[in-house]
Amino acid sequence: MNENTKSRLMMILLRVVVYAILIFLTVLCLFSFYMMIINATRSNAQLQAGFRLLPQEHFWDNLKNAWTDASINIPRGMLNSLFIALTSAALTTYFSALTAYGVHVYSFRGKNLVFTFIMAIMMIPAQVSAVGFVQMMNKLHMTNNYIPLIVPSIAAPVVFFYMKQYMESVLPLEIVEAARCDGSSEFRTFNTIILPIMKPAIAVQAIFSFVSSWNNYFIPALLLDKAEMKTVPIMIAQLRSADYSKFDMGKVYMFILLAILPVMLVYIILSKSIIKGVTSGSVKG
Amino acid sequence: MSLDNRPSGRRKSVSYAKWGYIFILPFFLVYFIFTLIPQVLTVYNSFFTNYMDGLTHIGPDFVGLKNYVELFTPNKQGVILILKYAGNTMILWFLGAIPQFAIALLLAVFFTSYRLNIKGQGFFKTVIYMPNLIMASAFSMLFFTLFSKVGPVNQLLQQTGLADKTIDFFVSKVTVRGLIALMNFLMWFGNTTIVLMAGIMGIDQTLFEAATIDGANAVKVFFRVTMPLLMPIFVYCLITALIGGIQMFDVPQVLTNRLGMPNRTSFTLVMYLNNYLSTSKNYGMSGAISVIIFLITGVLGGIVYKFLSAQYKEPVEQPRRVRKGARK
Repeated sequence: MNENTKSRLMMILLRVVVYAILIFLTVLCLFSFYMMIINATRSNAQLQAGFRLLPQEHFWDNLKNAWTDASINIPRGMLNSLFIALTSAALTTYFSALTAYGVHVYSFRGKNLVFTFIMAIMMIPAQVSAVGFVQMMNKLHMTNNYIPLIVPSIAAPVVFFYMKQYMESVLPLEIVEAARCDGSSEFRTFNTIILPIMKPAIAVQAIFSFVSSWNNYFIPALLLDKAEMKTVPIMIAQLRSADYSKFDMGKVYMFILLAILPVMLVYIILSKSIIKGVTSGSVKG
Repeated sequence: MSLDNRPSGRRKSVSYAKWGYIFILPFFLVYFIFTLIPQVLTVYNSFFTNYMDGLTHIGPDFVGLKNYVELFTPNKQGVILILKYAGNTMILWFLGAIPQFAIALLLAVFFTSYRLNIKGQGFFKTVIYMPNLIMASAFSMLFFTLFSKVGPVNQLLQQTGLADKTIDFFVSKVTVRGLIALMNFLMWFGNTTIVLMAGIMGIDQTLFEAATIDGANAVKVFFRVTMPLLMPIFVYCLITALIGGIQMFDVPQVLTNRLGMPNRTSFTLVMYLNNYLSTSKNYGMSGAISVIIFLITGVLGGIVYKFLSAQYKEPVEQPRRVRKGARK
């Protein structure tokens, strides 16, 4: 009896400690974003006056100032980023599913080699080929062009791997054979029968692809230097290197908020399926 | 669709083999043009002098290994820059990765414990994973404004009396590195937690029950059952985190405004590469740095994998040790 109450007390104590840790980490994670939102509602003078935990009334002023800023054209940047991210997400999911389908359904010589090869190149960091990539795009006059930022997403080993795993679990080959018996061509089978089955996997990978494209800074910064072609991350970096003391800080917080907002909104709506997607593709079993 | 289906599938698919090639063609075409050729070009460039000096284009001239020799030649102060930057990169990675893996492991165990039965897991997971999706450059800009001399952190410290004068976080090596590590920690510990949780939930639950019935306490269960069985996924996480760490760029680049201040103590390898590539289009030197980064990635990944896989094999091969310990 005594032992029992002792261990029960220990359990309660442990639970208190665990919740304390979790609350601490939650505060740590949210603090910077909370401050960003609060400070985006305050004027420059209010921000200089001191720290404050509650919002003030200048949200719309800051939004208007940031939106119409002469040197950093954030609406244009958001539009550019949105275009690149959406087209990349569409291409990467469609072609990764197509490639995975090719490897999953058909038998052909070198099939295992193809699979091993894609697995092997998965770990190679993208930055390793950046030098040749930038040089090539300079030679081909493809700087300030979105093709080098969009088209490479067709060959995405990680997305391929995810699609392949998903097909192994949900795609019976009988469906393909049944479609053939009904006279469907191979492409039609893929587009009209397989893609709808793959919808959940496509949705998850489309989100991840959208996010990584929206956030991508390294390569776009090396290829885009025309003001009207720039994407959001480049503009944010530009903000950092601008003469800081002259800036309206309320506007700066608003810029950061606008840069983060689209992804945050997507996350708030779809966090459950996004978190599920983190594990299902990356780790086998 | 296992055994009896296979032969028929194979027989049928013979005539369809060409479709396999057609379907994988776009992937390989794009990979060839946009990744493989640039990779070969990168290595090729590393043997040439080729850069812009103002408006004049120097090279390309074949120089053999001169770029590599130059990279490893000490400068006037006797410092080999690439080693310094590689060291910076590793320090920054370690400072973030140690708490990242420690906390992630702890949280993964908490969340999967039936006895603890943590409520609100969905909420906590949503919150801790969120920073992973945030634009790293915007997150860095945000940290810069928050920790600037007139930023809210300084204001808070002074208003509460915790500091009597303004702290400049960007003049000290310790604080800049600390901030970068903190950001990397925040961006990645949620991701690691979720992956490790999935790993723990994939372990046969009867093993935990058996160990508990045999009298093993929570700590023992963790070290003798959870950890050995989790090792493969733990290794996977560690390797991917390491490879990610070597590529560290966005956060220090934006936070320190591409300077790696103070005195280049937070300047990373990829910032070094980017510096050569963006300012003087120095394909030779940046090519050589790329090749070195590629080699480091390969070697480090191999070492960590070998070391840890040797470690986790031992307890798995000798399950008797678990039972012996538990019986006492």
